[in-house]
Amino acid sequence: MITFDRVSKRYEEGHDALREVSVSIDRDELVFLTGHSGAGKSTMLRLIMLMDRPSRGQVTVDGQNLATVRPRGVPQHRRNIGVVFQNHQLLFDRTVFDNVALPLIIAGYDHREVGRRVRAALDKVGLLNRERAMPLTLSGGEQQRVGIARAVVGKPKILLADEPTGNLDPILSAEIMNLFEAFNQVGVTVLIASHDLILISRLQHRIITLQQGRLVTGSAP
Amino acid sequence: MGRRENLRRKEGASPSEANLRDRYHGWLQHHRLSAADSLLRVLDNLGPSLLTWLVIGIALALPVGLNVSLDNVNDLSAGWDSPAQISVFLQEGISADRGNQLEIELGAREDIAQTQFVSREEALAEFSTLSGFADVLASLQKNPLPNLILITPTDNLQGSSVSALRESIQGMPDVAEAVLDMEWLQRLNRIMELSRRLVMAIGLMLVAGVLLILGNTIRLAIENRRDEIVIVKLVGGSNAFVRRPFLYTGLWYGVGGGGLAALLVSLSLWYLEEPVGNLVLLYGSGFQLRGLGVMGALNLITLGGLLGLGGAWLAVTRHIASIEPR
Ligand SMILES: Nc1ncnc2c1ncn2[C@@H]1O[C@H](COP(=O)(O)OP(=O)(O)OP(=O)(O)O)[C@@H](O)[C@H]1O
Ligand SMILES: [Mg+2]
Repeated sequence: MITFDRVSKRYEEGHDALREVSVSIDRDELVFLTGHSGAGKSTMLRLIMLMDRPSRGQVTVDGQNLATVRPRGVPQHRRNIGVVFQNHQLLFDRTVFDNVALPLIIAGYDHREVGRRVRAALDKVGLLNRERAMPLTLSGGEQQRVGIARAVVGKPKILLADEPTGNLDPILSAEIMNLFEAFNQVGVTVLIASHDLILISRLQHRIITLQQGRLVTGSAP
Repeated sequence: MGRRENLRRKEGASPSEANLRDRYHGWLQHHRLSAADSLLRVLDNLGPSLLTWLVIGIALALPVGLNVSLDNVNDLSAGWDSPAQISVFLQEGISADRGNQLEIELGAREDIAQTQFVSREEALAEFSTLSGFADVLASLQKNPLPNLILITPTDNLQGSSVSALRESIQGMPDVAEAVLDMEWLQRLNRIMELSRRLVMAIGLMLVAGVLLILGNTIRLAIENRRDEIVIVKLVGGSNAFVRRPFLYTGLWYGVGGGGLAALLVSLSLWYLEEPVGNLVLLYGSGFQLRGLGVMGALNLITLGGLLGLGGAWLAVTRHIASIEPR
């Protein structure tokens, strides 16, 4: 589903964020991405999202070589991927409902369909009763779950998460991970960047480790 | 695209035609949503919005108001175009008798329809009653006015032959000066033409100003919602999608400004109505002050809306593409 073929990323300042990374993630997998701060985890996710382009090598997502995606095609590419970020990235002047509905509005769904899907997504993350709330009135864990609901509401084939449990307590973190596992169970490819080795090693999934931009373990399932 | 549609089709089992229709509805819906949302935002910040409207309104009202005034002057002067009259001022020292004789001579000419001799005494008397300077004039030792013959050329005389007539009279020995009264009208027309061009130039500058003001206002709105734009792009919003609400914001600013401009012009005309009426009454003319009219007002609002869209477009094309999730 996601393939990195000898991908390198060098930022303008000459810093190598990724060096010759080759890895392949299958359709039904849930994979953790770990490594020290600055190892290149976010960079990998950014390349998949086309927030950046590799300096060398080739990234393939769902059979499409990303080098062939032109700037005009980037929004369409992103609509097929759900993303969750540590800093939530919610619209704080919109209700929970409106936040989750955003990808559907962008994709141009009919408003009845939007309502149905948003409620289904909120139900999955256990926030159905908070749809009218503003994000700032929610706890960190709840905000994170709103972000997850938004990521999955459009039924993407791929779900990316960057430090989704960054500042949550262990119990909440485990709950969030369970949510991701549930989505993986219904066929979504999930890639989660996380520092939390203790948590992720307890779960039975492949772990890719990066070290200073190089892939050290987990290149194959 | 295709994949997502496949997914949806599996669920709703809807043929792709219905799917396209859905998408079209969704697109329309987002337009409606953007329009309403932008309007709400504009109204929520009523203070600053009102200020923007005022700036646009004044900038548009100025050239439009001037133009309407010129139209009115045009209407007014159209009634004066004919007949032309030539005032023949006689040399100093020419007696009233000689003046009367000259009047008869001139009256015999083919190209002259009517003549009227006005002696210097009559002229002075008329002038003192009309001007209200009776006291001053009475105190003068000597009548400063010359004898005068007013000539009306025959109706069918063309403008150039009227000038020729004036010249031939000017050449007569007893005549000091022959003045074609059309001249001031021609001058007025030339001034009007010049004024129109000036108004045009001012109007263009102000329109450019309005575009820049709107562009800047929208640029600020974009800056204020930078984070939001980043998020929208992150979840797959295209540039067109992000642009839409800002274009509507520009439209609302422009439409409001245009409406306000129409109001300002109408108010000024209403304010001028009475004094103009009094003036016109003095001249015994049936002139009526012409306003903007419903069409004029609608045009002004449309113009405002177009400028709003244009200004927003300037800002949006320059700033939105550069805001990307990092
Ligand atoms: N936009 C950028 N410009 C220059 N250098 C960058 C940029 N983004 C990241 N880097 C550098 O690339 C390297 C990898 O960064 P990346 O964000 O991928 O690390 P990470 O593994 O996600 O770290 P963390 O766990 O702290 O989030 C870092 O050394 C970082 O300084
Ligand atoms: Mg990171």
